Amino acid sequence: MRYLETFVAYFLAIVWVIPLVWIVLNTFQPNNISSFSLIGGNWTLENIKTVWEGAPFAQYYLNTFIIVTGILFVQFITITLAAYAFARLNFFGKNIIFLIFLIQIMIPADVLISPNYLILRDLSLLDTKLGIMIPHFASAIGIFILRQTFKSIPYELEESAKMDGCSLLRIIWHVYVPLAKPTFLAFSLISVSYHWNNFLWPLIITSSVENRPLTVGLAIFAMSADTGAQWATVSAATFMVIFPLVLAFFIFQKQFISSFMHSGIR
Amino acid sequence: MRRFYQKQSFRINFHAFLLLLPSLVFLLLFTFYPIGQTIFHSLFKSDLSTPEPLFVGLENFKRLSEDDTFWKVLMNNIWFAIGTIPTTIIIGLLMAVVVNKHIVGRSWIRTFLFYPAVIPAIAIANIWLYIYTPNFGLLNYVLNMVGIGSVDLLAHSNTVMFAMIVMVIWKEAGFFMIFFLAGLQNISEELYDAAKIDGSSRSTTFTRITIPLLMPTTLFVSILALTNAFKLVDHLVVMTQGGPNNASNLLLYYIYETVFKYWDMGYGATLTTILLLIMMIIASVQFLFMEKRIHYN
Repeated sequence: MRYLETFVAYFLAIVWVIPLVWIVLNTFQPNNISSFSLIGGNWTLENIKTVWEGAPFAQYYLNTFIIVTGILFVQFITITLAAYAFARLNFFGKNIIFLIFLIQIMIPADVLISPNYLILRDLSLLDTKLGIMIPHFASAIGIFILRQTFKSIPYELEESAKMDGCSLLRIIWHVYVPLAKPTFLAFSLISVSYHWNNFLWPLIITSSVENRPLTVGLAIFAMSADTGAQWATVSAATFMVIFPLVLAFFIFQKQFISSFMHSGIR
Repeated sequence: MRRFYQKQSFRINFHAFLLLLPSLVFLLLFTFYPIGQTIFHSLFKSDLSTPEPLFVGLENFKRLSEDDTFWKVLMNNIWFAIGTIPTTIIIGLLMAVVVNKHIVGRSWIRTFLFYPAVIPAIAIANIWLYIYTPNFGLLNYVLNMVGIGSVDLLAHSNTVMFAMIVMVIWKEAGFFMIFFLAGLQNISEELYDAAKIDGSSRSTTFTRITIPLLMPTTLFVSILALTNAFKLVDHLVVMTQGGPNNASNLLLYYIYETVFKYWDMGYGATLTTILLLIMMIIASVQFLFMEKRIHYN
């Protein structure tokens, strides 16, 4: 039984890694399946070079980086303030407002692409990075998990800060935020991996290289190259997009796993 | 004194309002307002030939009920859900059980099982497109080797959905594994020790202790999988565009086509309203189960 379980673990891992190996072979070896070989083989960086020189992937990387960090920065502010209110203040209609916030978790953002497109058009934000970011500035899931953490922080800490004459914002910044660091890290991983991978929304509202994130750039690159000869470069482009993510997951495995356990939302 | 409390409570309410304001503004503008607007727009005709929206009442819903493509994509969505959810959950549970033990190379195994969940659906679509492609693809290379010969799964309406389902199972199983791992770690060791003393076999322990105690996790994951079944459409953009003959088309992709290819805003709003309704039904089911979950713990 023990051996069977170990065998199943290795078997599943091998089956699941095959597509990754396949893309690595296509990226780094001349495009001919019969000559592929894990050991020895003809390794080359030619395909990576072709992609890097032929398509603006450096720009796409930069765009994705700006979008992801921009969203995260604003989310930190909005969720911290709201989470404090829900965790510590007894205000009018608290439960109902909390339930209303939860609607954002129930309705995935992609469902609302068509009305949100119209709103963005009215705000003249089509084909801008801000347009990609702005619908995600509030995060109910972030408020939800941060509220849990804030609730567990002893109230006495806040009281003693109040005695010292700290204002509300200073209390949040100096007492609550430092103690919630692990939660902020967990939320960051969830938010970054969601927005790094987001596709449909940026696809709809971007139309220029200056604003396209990696996912949209990759899709456009793949759709413009449809014949067999270009498979190698599409593989190379795909590899370039996924490699940092796979590496990041391998390094931050523990944090990733625990933060995804925190919430069902990517 | 009473005055003081009234002042105090006004102050708290005012502070709470200010703290919630930033989140509220963005939620109102990009979640609640669009929900209302979509439902409202579903009563209008608004397409390229009707630039000024024209009130048509329930005309769009009548069109919907007669739209064969709509029923087709809805059925596809249901088959997609049936094809992916139980398999993914069983494989995810299996993964969690086997990697919960200390085995050599565990962190590599976890990485290999989980990486499909952290890479973009577009990258996954490219990889699998290249696995399925008839002449150079991995699948056909293997099939040729064992003498079955070439097949083009994505080109035939009776196999394309199967190909998509296999890909999505591969993408999601490792993600669900994480939740089952969390669930397994919450089960107290004492229960297992007690079962051992009572002489219960490993399989009995699994079906009588592990499975029932994982029920809350399983419910949670099922809801997640159900939502995803209506949400995952990115891959269609590069793989099949919903074809051949709408055989792989899903509701959200149909909305995308209606609005951003044919610019039929009114009908797009009607389709979005239906999808919102489905999401609301899933959410209320989840709500009922969440109550149960509390009783469990």
